[in-house]
Amino acid sequence: MSRQRFSALSLIRGGLSRQVGWQAQWRKAEPKPSYDAIIVGGGGHGLGAAYYLAKEHGLTNIAVLEKGWIGGGNTGRNTTIIRSNYLFNESAALYDHAVKIWERMSQELNYNVMFSPRGVMMLAHTVHDTQVAKRHVHANRCNGVDNEWLEPDQAKAFCPLLNIEQNIRYPVLGAALQRRGGTARHDAVAWGYARAADALGVDIIENCEVTGIRRLAAGGVAGLETTRGFIASSKVGVAAAGNTSVVMQMAGIKLPLESFPLQALVSEPVKPVFPCVVMSNTIHAYISQSDKGELVIGAGTDAYTSYTQRGALHINMHTLDAICELFPMFRRMRMLRNWGGIVDVTPDRSPIIAKTAVPGLYVNCGWGTGGFKATPGAAHVFAWTIARDQPHPINAPFTIERFRDGFLIDEAAAAAVAH
Amino acid sequence: MLIIDCPYCGKRPELEFAYAGQAHLVRPRDPSTLDDEAWAQFLYMRANTRGMHAERWRHARGCGRFFNALRDTTSDRFAATYRIGTAPPVAAEDAR
Ligand SMILES: Cc1cc2nc3c(=O)[nH]c(=O)nc-3n(C[C@H](O)[C@H](O)[C@H](O)COP(=O)(O)OP(=O)(O)OC[C@H]3O[C@@H](n4cnc5c(N)ncnc54)[C@H](O)[C@@H]3O)c2cc1C
Ligand SMILES: [Zn+2]
Repeated sequence: MSRQRFSALSLIRGGLSRQVGWQAQWRKAEPKPSYDAIIVGGGGHGLGAAYYLAKEHGLTNIAVLEKGWIGGGNTGRNTTIIRSNYLFNESAALYDHAVKIWERMSQELNYNVMFSPRGVMMLAHTVHDTQVAKRHVHANRCNGVDNEWLEPDQAKAFCPLLNIEQNIRYPVLGAALQRRGGTARHDAVAWGYARAADALGVDIIENCEVTGIRRLAAGGVAGLETTRGFIASSKVGVAAAGNTSVVMQMAGIKLPLESFPLQALVSEPVKPVFPCVVMSNTIHAYISQSDKGELVIGAGTDAYTSYTQRGALHINMHTLDAICELFPMFRRMRMLRNWGGIVDVTPDRSPIIAKTAVPGLYVNCGWGTGGFKATPGAAHVFAWTIARDQPHPINAPFTIERFRDGFLIDEAAAAAVAH
Repeated sequence: MLIIDCPYCGKRPELEFAYAGQAHLVRPRDPSTLDDEAWAQFLYMRANTRGMHAERWRHARGCGRFFNALRDTTSDRFAATYRIGTAPPVAAEDAR
């Protein structure tokens, strides 16, 4: 089936013909008895990996198995902040690899992922914050990643709604700004990759939960037990975010992961008032405005591990207190919806993209509270790892063994949180 | 917000408590005899159970004491709380 291409002309034509001529964006595939490779998890990371496997490694007899609907996990629940100004060399390389793909992704996929590099400003509220932020600015510059320090009045010039009065509980002492950072449309990332992968022959199978991993006598992967029957494959890539521990346990693999609820909320839509993204790791407030006009607000994680995809209200209240103090204008804004996702957190707050002890089984996980930004880059190197049975140089440091060998990539100590 | 039953003080709101991770992880008696693999298991690898989870809490803004709890991580409902040093009242798996 040849795929319709989107262009300005096709949109105008659609508008004039009452939008009736659009095709389905991907097929509703039935599982085949076997595949050359299977991806578990239809979020951005899984769908992207399938796309790059087909596009760059010629593996087209592959499937993505998703227990619910694609993009229904953290991909469709996150606050879409994209940036690459991480402290360590390994992280900067990985996240900047992603930002570079974001910059050309809509063209490559012929699907508008609405990447909007409107600038991400990270606030500093204490002397410690200021020192950490400046250290990041210098480290980033050494790695060719843009990041600059702003004094409070410069921060206010960049985001005029910001309250820089020094008499509040956590006054703004300055900010680090990455101008290439921004946001993208979360659903469009899942849909765009699904559409592009499907066009290359990838089967996207929704409502198909993986319930077991069958092994060969020699130890390698034989295939997957699913709610839609057994599906054979000698290569399986797991990108199941908060449920990774559960899936990997099926092959007897224990990981350094804990799954926590992370919440977000949106306001009623209003006219454009908020030009950029502002984050404060210290007081757990993350805010931007969507193109629909809603304020998109992210909170911190709940205290305890959970799989419920919801969290406690006091976590959101804490974030709203901070937002109201930083942006007094929003005090009378009404909130429309709140929700939670389950994020898989590693001890060093860096991800794992690696081979495992089981031949043919690969894992991409541990993205915690901040893996949306990495979606295209991580998917790209994960596909490489699966296709060649060896890591791409960019993800080579992100192994499971780093926890045994002491080579942590400690963004946890660097930032305390990792949005 | 969760209501948590401290074995020493009774039911209190979650805000008074601090979560302290998986329970019954025993610190190796003689760490210097451990190889890196075993040490990594102790320090970093976690059950991350989907279902009944044995975990530690601390009544940080109350009596200050640590205790254990069994909580279903698919509903956040507590099945029991019990004192440190005692075995879970129902086997974690049975309680599912
Ligand atoms: C509230 C919130 C805010 C966030 N904000 C940001 C942010 O601003 N910036 C940022 O960079 N990151 C953010 N994140 C993190 C980001 O959302 C994730 O790191 C990223 O989206 C993970 O993508 P994924 O494709 O790996 O996971 P997901 O999109 O969760 O996909 C995993 C999929 O696996 C499926 N699955 C699980 N188990 C099985 C099984 N047994 N069989 C079949 N399928 C299975 C799930 O249904 C799910 O669809 C946020 C997360 C949350 C929850
Ligand atoms: Zn108590």
